[in-house]
Amino acid sequence: MDWAASFSILMQTSVLRYIMLGAVFSIAIAAAAVLCSILLGSVLALVRNYCNGKTRPFKWIATAYIELFRNTPLLLWIFVCLVVCPCPEFLSRQMLGLSSVEVRILFRAFVALVLFTSSVIAEIIRGGLNSIAKGQFEAAHSQGFGTVQTMVYIILPQAYRAVVPTLLSQVITTIKDSSYLANVAVIELMSRVRRVLATSNVYNGVGTQLISDVFVLFGLAFLIYFAINFTLSCIVRSMQNRKPRQAARRQVRPATEP
Amino acid sequence: MTHLIDTFSADAWAKVWAYRGTFLLGLQNTLITAVFGLLLALMLGIVFGLFGSSGKKPLSIISRIYVEFIQNTPVLLQMCFLYYALAFSGVGADIITTGIVTLGVYTGAYMAEVVRAGIQAVPRGQFEAAQSQGFGYVQYMYYIILPQSIKIILPPMVNQAVNLFKNTSCLYIVGGADLISLTYSFVTGATTGGAYGPAYLVCGAMFFIVCFPLSSLATAWETSLKKRDAGSAALVRKLEEGKA
Repeated sequence: MDWAASFSILMQTSVLRYIMLGAVFSIAIAAAAVLCSILLGSVLALVRNYCNGKTRPFKWIATAYIELFRNTPLLLWIFVCLVVCPCPEFLSRQMLGLSSVEVRILFRAFVALVLFTSSVIAEIIRGGLNSIAKGQFEAAHSQGFGTVQTMVYIILPQAYRAVVPTLLSQVITTIKDSSYLANVAVIELMSRVRRVLATSNVYNGVGTQLISDVFVLFGLAFLIYFAINFTLSCIVRSMQNRKPRQAARRQVRPATEP
Repeated sequence: MTHLIDTFSADAWAKVWAYRGTFLLGLQNTLITAVFGLLLALMLGIVFGLFGSSGKKPLSIISRIYVEFIQNTPVLLQMCFLYYALAFSGVGADIITTGIVTLGVYTGAYMAEVVRAGIQAVPRGQFEAAQSQGFGYVQYMYYIILPQSIKIILPPMVNQAVNLFKNTSCLYIVGGADLISLTYSFVTGATTGGAYGPAYLVCGAMFFIVCFPLSSLATAWETSLKKRDAGSAALVRKLEEGKA
């Protein structure tokens, strides 16, 4: 235990910058994964909910996809994608301060993260779709909207608005899940902290690894993750508290306006 | 894509069959970690859930800190922290025990929120009614709260158990002996390596066979509850209107 020596690791700007860059990667990976998953998840949710009749086989495929990915661990899909997922040629080069090998791993692990997250987000969006009153469909059809128009202009906007808080809390989960990339490469926050810890004797000025290094370095990682996720969860909570009031106001208005 | 081809090769399947003990050992370790982790999570969840719904400031603050800290940081980081802290301090950590403690504490935070929400869903007036009838705290919890909130609590608890089972894959980072770790060392091992397709298929199937029935059960419970509650809500409204 030598706290001064351990804290001196964090005084070195190169180490600090290395770790902070990891935090940026974590956030960027999670944000991009959630955005891609919303696209893929929306398609899955719409297909699972509304493909009846002749297009029923598509519904089965979407259902199978969602259940498969929801009931198996993310790490399995990362391992699978590392050997199976094709990587586009233009990504086989150095970029963003990563080696070409790391970029390829990042792409493949990212695909795994999207595949996994999209199954969760599909179920979230389906919850939003199910909360929309049947009358909305009938009203849209009576106004001459086709199926696609009804979805794009009437149903999806309302469904998305209903699930914004849930989607935001999924961002928290995905930021946490991005730490699974630490299993296969040193790109994001978790893995970078671990790498610094592995050679902490070089940085702490003592020459040997100290147990206080574990506390200081992982403590910093805890702090960064907590700061990001707690901020997000506070936003989610304030949205959820605001929502009932808005809904109440919306319901009250027709009564007060004759 | 070349690795997919071996999914259909008899040799690769024969190799997986020859090493079936590895997969079964992994499944056993994962199950042990999950079951004991779940027990710990339930204990922590009930204690901190009661703290959170007790209405006493210090207790609910303790429960808040526990829940927020654990839920807002990755379980992988928590596991690494515990493992390295034990290893560096010379205590030396048993991997399965580390897994049980970490996953128990992590899932416990989610269980605590579930328990708290379940208790708070019961109207406060019932507490006063029970008190006036001479119920103590334990009796009140057991006879009044538990029967009413169990239907709200159980489905999300089952979902958390499924998550716990999947999260045993975190053990890989500390050199674990769980299903995923053993599968990975099987496919990359010098003597056993290569049979990616069959090995991952078997590993995924094992996870799916455990998780799918549980998560389907939770979903079915939720749907039936929604139907029942919507029905009783409509009934209440009708009664009120009839009265008015």
